[in-house]
Amino acid sequence: MDRLYDLAEVLRSKNAGPLFITLDLLFPDEATYRRVAESEALSPGVVARLYGVEPEDVKIVYFDAANAIKVTIPRTGPTSGAPGDRDVYGAQQHGPLLGLMIP
Amino acid sequence: MEELRVLSVCGNLGYGFPEESLAAGIARDPHFMGADNGSTDAGPYYLGSGDQLTKREQIVRDLGLSLAAARKKGIPYIIGSAGTAGGEPHVASVLDVLHEVSRRNGHRFKLAVIRAEMDKEMVKRAVRAGRTRPLGKLPPLTEEAVDESARIVGQMGLDPFIRALEGGAEVIVAGRSCDTAIYTSYAAMKGFDLGLAFHMAKIIECGAQCAIPIGANDCILGTLRRDHFELEPMNPGKRVTPGSVAAHMMYEQPDPYLFYEPEGMVDLKDSRFEQIGERRVKVWGSRFVPASQPTIKLEGVRLRGYRTITVAGMTDPGLLDHLDEVEAQVRDTVARMVRGSLRPEDYDLRFIFYGRDGVMGRLGPEGSRPAHEVGVVVEAIAKDQATANAVLSLARSSFLHCGFEGRKATAGNLAFPFSPSDFQGGPVYEFHIYHLMELEDAGAPFEVEFARVG
Repeated sequence: MDRLYDLAEVLRSKNAGPLFITLDLLFPDEATYRRVAESEALSPGVVARLYGVEPEDVKIVYFDAANAIKVTIPRTGPTSGAPGDRDVYGAQQHGPLLGLMIP
Repeated sequence: MEELRVLSVCGNLGYGFPEESLAAGIARDPHFMGADNGSTDAGPYYLGSGDQLTKREQIVRDLGLSLAAARKKGIPYIIGSAGTAGGEPHVASVLDVLHEVSRRNGHRFKLAVIRAEMDKEMVKRAVRAGRTRPLGKLPPLTEEAVDESARIVGQMGLDPFIRALEGGAEVIVAGRSCDTAIYTSYAAMKGFDLGLAFHMAKIIECGAQCAIPIGANDCILGTLRRDHFELEPMNPGKRVTPGSVAAHMMYEQPDPYLFYEPEGMVDLKDSRFEQIGERRVKVWGSRFVPASQPTIKLEGVRLRGYRTITVAGMTDPGLLDHLDEVEAQVRDTVARMVRGSLRPEDYDLRFIFYGRDGVMGRLGPEGSRPAHEVGVVVEAIAKDQATANAVLSLARSSFLHCGFEGRKATAGNLAFPFSPSDFQGGPVYEFHIYHLMELEDAGAPFEVEFARVG
């Protein structure tokens, strides 16, 4: 078992507009990418629980050309930069994914 | 025309770009140059206030250099989403710089200005006709929401840019724009494949962000041909690879396989990438699927009040064990002190504890302990600045002297790094409009005005 943080080469979050956060996981090679993609450790249900959103609102796209997985979730609280928001650019929202254990 | 060479100056005009990269780009005989100048990334404040994220000095430098290059070469220069948010004051401030550097350098050209602020009555007619729909988790648009907005802009697509180019514009300064429209309009006018043109635009609108080393603040050349396009960073120290270009398609958008424009959808499922030499990449296979119903994206903000904050640090272990209790006491004290003059809904008070859960709140790791030092930001938002200042001042002094069980550091709870300790943040806005609006003619709301400069 390895932490997702240790397997990924890039693990980042960013606004996709003021209403969505998109999380990019880029892996150094196809084998690592396949290992994570096929492990099912990163399901909509898991992401929903980690981020406090509904599973049907979680979008996961597997992008073979870049050995990458993209996860997009809606901002369910304040929109970007509205009172109560804590991350205007959405640039530090990857924390909950760091510790996911991948077999 | 079999080949269209497009020079992207940088990902955001004002971020700075190397003069050598611009010169290298110009030496490649581009047909036109473009620069994006906007984004919603920095939040709702800019659209609401009319301020710019990039400061005047940055625009003077970047616009001065790039405009001089475009005029010397005699090629059109297209600037989109002027002044960060692309509303009237934002366009006006970029035009002000444009006129200043044009006077200074003796430039003479035909200018087109494209406005992007939306008439509220027009948006309300669309609301009444059921022709708007929300994106994300926003509620459906209402006439009230339109009325209470401080400003609404629409993201223009290809049509207004094409009208400006066909009208002979040598420089275009446009309000809020689809980033892709800046770079696709010329190609569309010349009849190039829209799938390839949009895809190339989507990459180069970020400058050399797709390159290795990464850099939005650098120039990139896109060469569009009839059945493919090529990308090449203009900084000899940078290169692109199939991996770096593919990876860039993930950046800041929800799906690397498709994206939407007012005119339709761009499908990248069959896009292919091939390395050419050391530093270039060739792309083909991207497809455009026209929309049956054109839409434009509306962005609108409303004023939520005025902000004052203070920042302080804490090290006392007893205090760090009682932060929730101290916060509750401070809230209670403030509520009692303002009871005669303010209702609870007249102000918001927030406490952000950095080193505990400042960024992630309840989504942080379970059972984690606060760091040995914790920073607090106390924020007050109220209907006017004076009220926010007063509420914050009460909260700050209550926090400084708040008692709790076992308190030993009885002289004060907070280490303030600054005097004065409190900072006025000014008006606070909120994106409450981020909706699609259906139109028969997606270009209709965007007026193109021509003028002679010099």
